[in-house]
Amino acid sequence: MIRPFAQSSIRRRLAVQLSLIAAILSLAFYLIVRAVAGQAATDTQDNILAASATSIADALYAEQGGVVLELPYSALSMLGSISQDRVFYRVIVDGETLTGYADLPPPEPDFATYAYRGEPVRAVAVRRVISSGGQAVEATVIVAQTRLGLAAISSSISSTAAAVGIGFFLFATALGLLAAQSALAPLNRLAQSVKRRGPHDLRPVKAETPSEMLPLVAALNNFMARLKASLSQSEDFVAEAAHRVRTPLTIVRTQAEVALRRLEKPDDKKAVRAMIRAVDECSRSAGQLLDHAMVAFRTENLLTDKLDLGDLTSEVCSHLTPTAGLKDIIIRHDLPTTPQPFTGDPILLQSALRNILDNAIKYSPADSEISVSFGGDTAYEIAFSDQGRGFGCADASSLKKRYSRGINVGDVVGSGLGLTIAEAVARAHGGKIDIRENKEGIGACVLLILPR
Amino acid sequence: MRFAYIAAIILALAPNAHAYEIEGRHSYPTASGEVTLHIISTADINVFEPIILAFQQENPSIGIEYISASSTELMKAISEEGAVFDLAISSAMDLQTKLANDGFAQPYSSAATSSLPQWAVWRSLIFAFTQEPAVLVVSEAAFSGLPVPNTREDLISLLRIHPALFSARIGTYDVRISGAGYLFATQDSRNSDSYWRLTEVMGRLNAQLYGGSGDMIRDVASGQLAMAYNVVGSYAASRLQEFPGIRIVQFEDYTNVMLRTALIPTTATHAAESGVMIDFLATLTQRPALTALTSLPPISPRALGENNANRPIRLGPGLLVFLDRLKKKNFLEN
Ligand SMILES: Nc1ncnc2c1ncn2[C@@H]1O[C@H](COP(=O)(O)OP(=O)(O)OP(=O)(O)O)[C@@H](O)[C@H]1O
Ligand SMILES: [Mg+2]
Repeated sequence: MIRPFAQSSIRRRLAVQLSLIAAILSLAFYLIVRAVAGQAATDTQDNILAASATSIADALYAEQGGVVLELPYSALSMLGSISQDRVFYRVIVDGETLTGYADLPPPEPDFATYAYRGEPVRAVAVRRVISSGGQAVEATVIVAQTRLGLAAISSSISSTAAAVGIGFFLFATALGLLAAQSALAPLNRLAQSVKRRGPHDLRPVKAETPSEMLPLVAALNNFMARLKASLSQSEDFVAEAAHRVRTPLTIVRTQAEVALRRLEKPDDKKAVRAMIRAVDECSRSAGQLLDHAMVAFRTENLLTDKLDLGDLTSEVCSHLTPTAGLKDIIIRHDLPTTPQPFTGDPILLQSALRNILDNAIKYSPADSEISVSFGGDTAYEIAFSDQGRGFGCADASSLKKRYSRGINVGDVVGSGLGLTIAEAVARAHGGKIDIRENKEGIGACVLLILPR
Repeated sequence: MRFAYIAAIILALAPNAHAYEIEGRHSYPTASGEVTLHIISTADINVFEPIILAFQQENPSIGIEYISASSTELMKAISEEGAVFDLAISSAMDLQTKLANDGFAQPYSSAATSSLPQWAVWRSLIFAFTQEPAVLVVSEAAFSGLPVPNTREDLISLLRIHPALFSARIGTYDVRISGAGYLFATQDSRNSDSYWRLTEVMGRLNAQLYGGSGDMIRDVASGQLAMAYNVVGSYAASRLQEFPGIRIVQFEDYTNVMLRTALIPTTATHAAESGVMIDFLATLTQRPALTALTSLPPISPRALGENNANRPIRLGPGLLVFLDRLKKKNFLEN
């Protein structure tokens, strides 16, 4: 089946159909008014003609064996009073024309329209029986008038009707357009609200919608629920897998360490060390994957806890101080004593801070310093500056991508997810990660920027 | 005068050329001589010549052939004999209406004609260009010591009080001959009952009947008549200078105002030029210098409004009533 309108816009379709209806109604209105007005005008003319003919007939009287007519002035003047039409009359008595236009034909039936002297005329005949000299004679009075005034009246009514019809059509079309617009407004609203959503926003649509759209909205919500379920399923799967891999890996690593101590041959030792390193990479990856999955899950329904960023940062610093201690690295934190209030998810923020600080420790040489400081006026800027190898000329935005690591990593173990996690957390809180060179010349400076 | 004109009066024409009688023929040819407008008119050439000259000054390419005839002859020429004329000008409104009603006139409209008041146009066929009240002309000598009547009732009582003074000294139109006289009389009969009493009184006083206003005015001036009833005002006004002893009275009960009208006959060969002439006539109000020359009062609702009693005779089928064969017969019998 061919559906010509299947592709075109509903609004246009509605508007076209409504204006078509309006056009039909306007046309009907015009035709009806014209017909009625024409009939009314004809009736009016007939009435006046009949009145005129009757008044002439009334003025007929018998005298001295003949019929005499005293033509009343008003008989013809009344015809001239409403229009400037030509007037003809004829009085026939006993078959003879008594007076008037002898060639004016009697109308058949008594009211008729015919052409006379080159113009259509409306003619009326009134018949009388007059007794003249004891004898009844038949008299016929014919009065005819051209239809100029009639035409003027009906054309003026017609043009008024046409103007009203066109006005009605335009008005109805405008209203139709408005109606189409307003009928489609909820649809547009729904489209806008779905479009405005972030890429991960899979909450059901709750906006009030007209009943006709409920099935669509329900289907949409259903679809989103399924999508969400399948997404979280795959995230769950990753987390589950990472978790399940980590425990056996820890066992493998412990066993490998034990084996390493027992081995004598340098070649063997080397091989086992490589094995341990691979296990480390693997375990790190599993841990970061787990973290990433956790971050992805938590950012979706972000907690809005009131917390203190200063406290949080110092917590993370002290948490990592032992790790730094292994490389004789000192973490110098220069944190404000006043509270730094913020609303967000503390676990996510900790994870972001931990990843950044972890990088600073990882990519710094032994016996160096890392400084953690607070700054920024319009936004919180928590800066981690180290004295390590720095980013070189690596592209900051590509380092934030998943599994991407710099060329400067050397033998440092890593999965390439740390900055991705930190960035995801910062974005979820409306902030960002900024990667810079350390101001003191060597080393890197990474900033977590959060809105105040 | 840029254009020379020749006025030739041919009083006697070959009788078998046409059956209608004319009173005069005047030619106003032009240098280029392309178009000659044939006008048949009831107006005296003296009255109309200034208009023709002024018209030709504005339209130097249009020559004019002016034929004067009585209103009944004009009617006969056009309706019965199919004479070829480009313009028919007549003061007999009833006859002009009948010509138009019976289909002997062709329609014309322009900005000038649509600026005319409604009562001055009928069906785009008849165009009035003058408004001429019917007046009473009195001899000042005859009325010395007597009040001049302002209404028909006053006139009737004056005649009844002084029958000797007015016996055979009242002039009026012979309605059998004069179209204007018949028109005024029929309108009078329609407007008031006093008219029949007036005719009765005048009949008893042996009123003199005239075919034209010129003679009547002359006789009033000479003192032969004490008064002339229903004289076309414009004629009387034009003779005031000539005859200082006469006085014009406009009645205050009502005054019939005759409209001099023009129509383009269907036989016209230069209908476009006729239209130019009609436009010229319709805008006479805007040419005070010219109207002063002709003594024809142009159509002016304002001038008409100066006398509340003024009633322009209405163009239209009502006028046909008095042309009805039977009606006319009855009226004249009365
Ligand atoms: N403080 C730093 N100094 C020098 N280079 C850094 C620093 N922090 C990050 N980098 C560079 O950025 C890259 C990406 O860091 P990211 O934390 O995402 O990955 P990773 O540290 O290699 O792995 P992991 O997921 O285990 O943290 C690193 O591979 C490294 O090249
Ligand atoms: Mg890292």
